[in-house]
Amino acid sequence: MSLTKLSAHELKQLLETGQVSSVEVTQALLDRIRSANDSLGAFLHVDAEGTLARAADIDRRRQAGDLLGPLAGLPVAVKDVLCDQDGPTTCASQMLESFRPPYDATVVARLKEADAILIGRTNMDEFAMGGSTENSAFQVTRNPWDRSRTPGGSSGGAAACVAADMAPLSVGTDTGGSIRQPAGLCGVVGMKPTYGRVSRYGLVAFASSLDQAGPLTRTTRDAALLLETIAGHDPRDATSLDLPVPSYSRSIEQPLHGLRLGIVREHFAAGLDEQVESAVRQAVEVYRSLGATIQEISLPHSKYAVATYYVIAPSEASSNLARYDGVHYGHRTDETKLQAELRSERQQYQAAGNQRGLGQLDNSLVRMYRRSRAEGFGPEVKRRIMLGTYVLSAGYYDAYYLKALKVRRLIRQDFDAAFEKVDLIAGPVTPTAAFKLGEMVDDPLAMYLVDLYTVSANLAGLPSISLPCGFSREGLPIGLQLQAAPLQEERLLRGAHMFEQATEWHTRRPD
Amino acid sequence: MSDPYTTVIGLEVHVQLATRSKLFCGCSTQFGAEPNTQTCPVCIGMPGTLPVLNRRAYELALKTAIALNCNIPETTKWDCKQYYYPDLPKGYQISQYDLPMSADGFLDISDPQGQFEPQRIGIIRAHLEEDAGKSIHDEVAGRADSEIDLNRTGTPLLEIVSQPDLRSPAASRVFLQELKLLLSYLEVSDCNMQEGSLRVDANINLHLEADGQRLATPIVEIKNMNSFRAVQRALEYEASRQYRAWQETGQQLGQAPKQTRGWDEAAGITRPQRSKEESSDYRYLPDPDLVPVATSREQVEQIRQSLGELPATLRTRLIEEDHLKPYDAGVLVNQGRALVDYYRAVVTKCKQAKIAANWVTQDILRELKERDLTIAQLPFSADRLAELIGALQQGLLPSTRAHEVFALMLGDNLTLTEAIGRLDIEQVDDSALIALCQELIDSNPKVVADVQGGKQQAIGALIGQARKKNPNVDPGRVRTICLELAGKC
Repeated sequence: MSLTKLSAHELKQLLETGQVSSVEVTQALLDRIRSANDSLGAFLHVDAEGTLARAADIDRRRQAGDLLGPLAGLPVAVKDVLCDQDGPTTCASQMLESFRPPYDATVVARLKEADAILIGRTNMDEFAMGGSTENSAFQVTRNPWDRSRTPGGSSGGAAACVAADMAPLSVGTDTGGSIRQPAGLCGVVGMKPTYGRVSRYGLVAFASSLDQAGPLTRTTRDAALLLETIAGHDPRDATSLDLPVPSYSRSIEQPLHGLRLGIVREHFAAGLDEQVESAVRQAVEVYRSLGATIQEISLPHSKYAVATYYVIAPSEASSNLARYDGVHYGHRTDETKLQAELRSERQQYQAAGNQRGLGQLDNSLVRMYRRSRAEGFGPEVKRRIMLGTYVLSAGYYDAYYLKALKVRRLIRQDFDAAFEKVDLIAGPVTPTAAFKLGEMVDDPLAMYLVDLYTVSANLAGLPSISLPCGFSREGLPIGLQLQAAPLQEERLLRGAHMFEQATEWHTRRPD
Repeated sequence: MSDPYTTVIGLEVHVQLATRSKLFCGCSTQFGAEPNTQTCPVCIGMPGTLPVLNRRAYELALKTAIALNCNIPETTKWDCKQYYYPDLPKGYQISQYDLPMSADGFLDISDPQGQFEPQRIGIIRAHLEEDAGKSIHDEVAGRADSEIDLNRTGTPLLEIVSQPDLRSPAASRVFLQELKLLLSYLEVSDCNMQEGSLRVDANINLHLEADGQRLATPIVEIKNMNSFRAVQRALEYEASRQYRAWQETGQQLGQAPKQTRGWDEAAGITRPQRSKEESSDYRYLPDPDLVPVATSREQVEQIRQSLGELPATLRTRLIEEDHLKPYDAGVLVNQGRALVDYYRAVVTKCKQAKIAANWVTQDILRELKERDLTIAQLPFSADRLAELIGALQQGLLPSTRAHEVFALMLGDNLTLTEAIGRLDIEQVDDSALIALCQELIDSNPKVVADVQGGKQQAIGALIGQARKKNPNVDPGRVRTICLELAGKC
């Protein structure tokens, strides 16, 4: 058995018993990355030398009998949106192509403290905006199951690298489904924790009230291991929850007795692909066979979730991305060219006696802002900044933003009511299996609807997990989404593990 | 009121709170450091960094708001005020928009010179926000470089907005003085205008009557005033400028957009400023990185109890309990809490409020001014002053020589007894005094004749001679005895 195919849990045991070294594991994965990344495009940056040096260091410390962290010697891939002072953090944007953060995101710091080997930085939609990773300014990521298809997004690289055996553990971020949707489309496990469970410090913000980092792995047990490492209170994030973190990997074996599973009526409506529907319904039958009682529930406001999301997320994005203005760091337009351009425009207006044009001519600061942002951001990021700017403008705020906040509360109340009746909610992750690359790039609205089943968890702040539950006729993975009440990660993981134990979907690998 | 209009003024005061660290990160707030040395990834807004509230800043703001008689809502939240400027690294300022931490307060003002009636000035709100950085525009020698110093970025500011209740530039200045005094009693800010710890913007327009119609001139916001005197001058200038402008154009409120003008101290005029605010829409957004702050009734009460006596209360108390003149009470209180404490320590010892007030407001204040010291630095404790006043009361030294004694005690750091000894001051007993007076009466028949002729003031010449012969004589006693002896002649 190749080391690259082993789960983190299996590798951890081999490492701890000295049957394999971290250098061997890391080298095997680096070899796999070297052979597969050109065609898959999962990683943006890999520092093979530095990574091997860190692995060798862990091996040395292990041999010396040092006390090591829980992920000692285990390679972890990190989405290029979590700051790491040892290398670039680009958010897959021209804007931050040359940015080197002088600090670690808390998630990254915790991985380092846990003695994990940070093997590389994964591709994503620019600033985590998108559902196909096609919005990366640098490269396309392909779905390991079918290279003409998307791995999903925005954590497309994070999901693809796990599916393609380039890393056993991967950290992504999820603002509206960006972990769960690519996990579903790539046939891996992806989990968005409760809002506040994992620190957002150093996570380059897209929409601060929705962003949450979480694990992408091949098994639920690995997800538990990774989550318990990165979760926990952080005094540097005022929204992080000051609550103890349970040992998820210890409790995950315990099945949920008398599980009450909810099925959402509104999920099985127009737009849901029949193959996805049938895989999800079969998954529900698996739970029934495991002793769960199945209850149909209603989330009446879920039909407004996508609209609500696309008011709130762009509003916060327009504010969060205002800092990329070319002044202090990041991309700045060529100023010599800019000055020449302004001179020539001024001369043209003067020659034409165009006083109005002269009066409206940008000063060089304003032109620097305009150009830097126009050059540094891609079209989807611009679209969302414009949407958010519009929504927050005087006269529109109440009608859009404030209304969206009210609906967001109603969506949360729907869930609160539902979780009085059921322990977990099961449903599809995406309406369809992986779509073709390029299929939706010109139809942003269709792309937004891909988030239909996932955005509610972000709006309500709930934990939610995606795990493999079948394959389409074309051989594409289909995901099952489970949702739990806030802070019920333990229950969510145990419920997911039950299913994983009873099925073999997670053992299938792409060629 | 000779002006044909009423001046309507509202002030907006930004106060830097005296915290050691910034509002949302741990950087120092010390003034005057090398540019960009007091910054961190949080206050310079680097990607992924998050603000965390400095509780101390919130407490100081709360203390001020309570002292300004504001209502404190149970929860307050933070908003992003969005605009682009190079000294605003996040592209937004964290401020408070629709749920400020306090609202609806007031500050009472009165004028010791009696130029206006005592007045209650409403406070619309006081809210907490972070300061921006500093842009330094260097246009020397044809260069047009702008440099940014982000040391100030993120310093806690309390923005205090008054109602447009002020009716004159002089009252505006008194309001600012009273506010500054309050802030110094609360010890929430150093209020140093030169270092920008206290910044004032003023909104002003005129209400007037024409053809039986009441109307108002367009509102102007004045910026760039670097002292309270400048505020008063700028407002005086602006009021007359607006009146002239109205006479020329007839333009009323609503017929022109709100204008921002800058005060030019040297020229003594306001000039229109190109304002980024005129057309701007700040697109306020509740800051999702910060959680709302809850303040309990108990907490508010606890702070209210801990405020100590504030200037207005203290003045009333000195007038009512110590029977000081309002003017003297004002002078004492306006010097700050330390001087009032000093005065009260003196009174506690010597029980002579009026005399103590005279000494403190005259001699002590003069010494402080001449030596450029604070009361804590002056090497003259309240006990020593009380001792000096006590000796005077007991007649241990003549009042005429008290200032000499004071000067020696302070200048040569002598005890009261040492100073008295050094000056050869001794009590003159009555028999010696009578003998001296008799001698003077005998040798000054002209004075005696004048006195007997009804010119009692002529006795003054004898008092002068008596002091020459013996500097320790009490002039009052000399006068009484001489008059008596002259009457007997």
